[in-house]
Amino acid sequence: MPKILRAIAMERCIGCYSCMLGCARLVHNSLSLIRSGIHVRSLGGLTAGFEARYCLACRPAFCALACPTGAFVQREGGGVCYRERLCIRCGHCARACPVNVILVDEETGFPVVCLQCGSCVNFCPHGCLAMVDAPSKEQPGTAGTAGEPDIKQR
Amino acid sequence: MFSQGYVRVMEIDLHEGRCRIHKREDLLENIGGSGLAAALYGEYGQPGEDAFAPEQPLIIAIGPLTGLFPLMSKAVLGFKSPYSGHYAETHAGGRLALAMRYANLDALVIKGEASHPVCLLLGEREFAVREGRHLWGMDTTMTARIIRSSEERGRGRRSILRIGPAGENLVKYACINVDTFRHFGRLGAGAVMGKKKLKAITILGEGSFSLPHGDYKKVYKKIYRKITTSGAMKKYHDLGTPVNILILNGLKALPTRNLSSTSFTGADSISGEYFAEKLLLRQIACSSCPVGCIHIGLLREKFAPEHEYYYRQVSYDHEPIFAMGSMLGVSLGEKVISLIDEAEKHGLDVISAGVALAWATEAYQKGLIGEKETLVPLAFGEAGSYRQALACLSGRVNDFYRLLGEGTLAAAARYGGSEFACTLGQEMAGYATGPAFFVSQAMGFRCSHLDTAGYQLDQEFDPCSVERALSYLLKEEKQRFILTSMVACLFARNIYTTEMLSEALEAAGLPHLALELETRAAALVKRRWQVKKSTGFDPLKVTIPPRFYQVETIRGKVNGEFIDALLKAYAGAIAAL
Repeated sequence: MPKILRAIAMERCIGCYSCMLGCARLVHNSLSLIRSGIHVRSLGGLTAGFEARYCLACRPAFCALACPTGAFVQREGGGVCYRERLCIRCGHCARACPVNVILVDEETGFPVVCLQCGSCVNFCPHGCLAMVDAPSKEQPGTAGTAGEPDIKQR
Repeated sequence: MFSQGYVRVMEIDLHEGRCRIHKREDLLENIGGSGLAAALYGEYGQPGEDAFAPEQPLIIAIGPLTGLFPLMSKAVLGFKSPYSGHYAETHAGGRLALAMRYANLDALVIKGEASHPVCLLLGEREFAVREGRHLWGMDTTMTARIIRSSEERGRGRRSILRIGPAGENLVKYACINVDTFRHFGRLGAGAVMGKKKLKAITILGEGSFSLPHGDYKKVYKKIYRKITTSGAMKKYHDLGTPVNILILNGLKALPTRNLSSTSFTGADSISGEYFAEKLLLRQIACSSCPVGCIHIGLLREKFAPEHEYYYRQVSYDHEPIFAMGSMLGVSLGEKVISLIDEAEKHGLDVISAGVALAWATEAYQKGLIGEKETLVPLAFGEAGSYRQALACLSGRVNDFYRLLGEGTLAAAARYGGSEFACTLGQEMAGYATGPAFFVSQAMGFRCSHLDTAGYQLDQEFDPCSVERALSYLLKEEKQRFILTSMVACLFARNIYTTEMLSEALEAAGLPHLALELETRAAALVKRRWQVKKSTGFDPLKVTIPPRFYQVETIRGKVNGEFIDALLKAYAGAIAAL
């Protein structure tokens, strides 16, 4: 069964940004905080706690519907596969994203998009993130209800 | 960027309101952090001028591994301290180091003085001097709130530095608040910002860079796994640094009531365990640190006769707890956290403020000063009075508080009581462990327990010769210099061994530095002392106040002769450099 990313326990987040740093380095080959498929930030100052903004693996994927070149293709279970060689950098994907998490790189013009690969999950020291079973077509909307994982040994 | 073969320095002139970018290959030999800050002070500093002279620079430097590996999360600020008059360092975590890395700013040199209060907004493609008059006089919390709400850019990837009223009023131990819960503390960097009329600095970390070639990803994963699975870092996340309260109390090394004692009967209710059980809300982390040692406690206070409460979140650590707790005889965590919060809002260094008020309390008890000076009756354990006294100190409301804001010894010079001043270069850190700590704090660049590991040597309880103690201090100083040049968090010192640093530097594309690290560090340690000496520091003139010679630890009364001999030996070694 395909898996999708869910931020299941952001109350546990310590704001270390290891998920973003891991994604930028290992998935997007970038030394940055910004070229990441997931974005953690405070809810307005560090006293307010943290939120994660990430691809919700929509089905249908609105970014794929908006893509005129086939660079974005609907992925089974939700989310997209992205092929940069087909991308003409029009930015329609980013404008179509209902949660504004597709970032268009200012320098290259290419979108930075979550591939639902789960790399970020492996870098979260506090079990805030998980790859959960994608909801079935018959039972939409059940993603994110998987049991809470144990905090990994530190 | 170091790994691309140069150091990118932003030189800011507040008088002109402009900046200039320098790409400097020649600065690479200074490693980064501590080494780079000292080199830049050598270049831009005015060693013979007053610390408040307009051209004195505030220098903030990151290092060659910042943003490349976990726990390379600190920035070093080098400046001439208005407190000591000497070149000094202060270090801070939070979001700052990574924001600088991704803003492509390896170092900032801030000089000149603005004509009216201003704020700086910096980024990879941004430099702006913005209005600051509307923020002048505001506490550190409100200042950041207004900045956050007036600038959307960079959320989650920015760092906000600001001063409170103490910095504006030039209290010589005013700190710079970094991202609410971290600080460039001690020795008065906040006052230098205040003198420059620089209320706040926002740094947007929005840039992105290509990865180093080769093994970088492999080494990144390896180090990350080592940190998160080895268990070595667990204690910093669990109880955090306040675990030391009961440990030091058990060793009779917890400075209590102006160091008139080294054990505190109220230690249990200000301990790390007490805070964790009763007050801990959560832990958070500096950017790139999966450990998360920043402990946030709950301050909940009643503000009206009915059930009316407000609450605030306050970060606590061992040293703020010692300074607002045992040192002032305050024996309840809830009261300690309220005093920490008060000092934070004013932008006072919590440790210096607590130790200075401890001296004032003893002076008050002995009749050297009275309520005419202190305005509130000072008594050990009376948190309410201390809260008011902190506001007086920040506001410099009369001659007494004006002098106390220059440092304990400045007040003692006027009112008497220098024999019970607890100063070692500045107000003492929270470790009454013995001679090696006293000597190392009195000499160092941060005048804390951190420059070298005297407090550890004292706790090893292994009677040793002066020669051995000296070689321990010198070796540890060099090792810590290497780490603070990278710039690593010192909590990761057992992760980033010499071998691990070499591997990381190679993976970062700096193989030459990996090979030459030891020899280069030895030369730079020497250079850093020379910079301090150029500002008038004479190690042979450093003295340790009488109160420290009366300290009794679990091993008995400290050996005064050993203090003198080690002080002489360490001073001699530094003087010879």
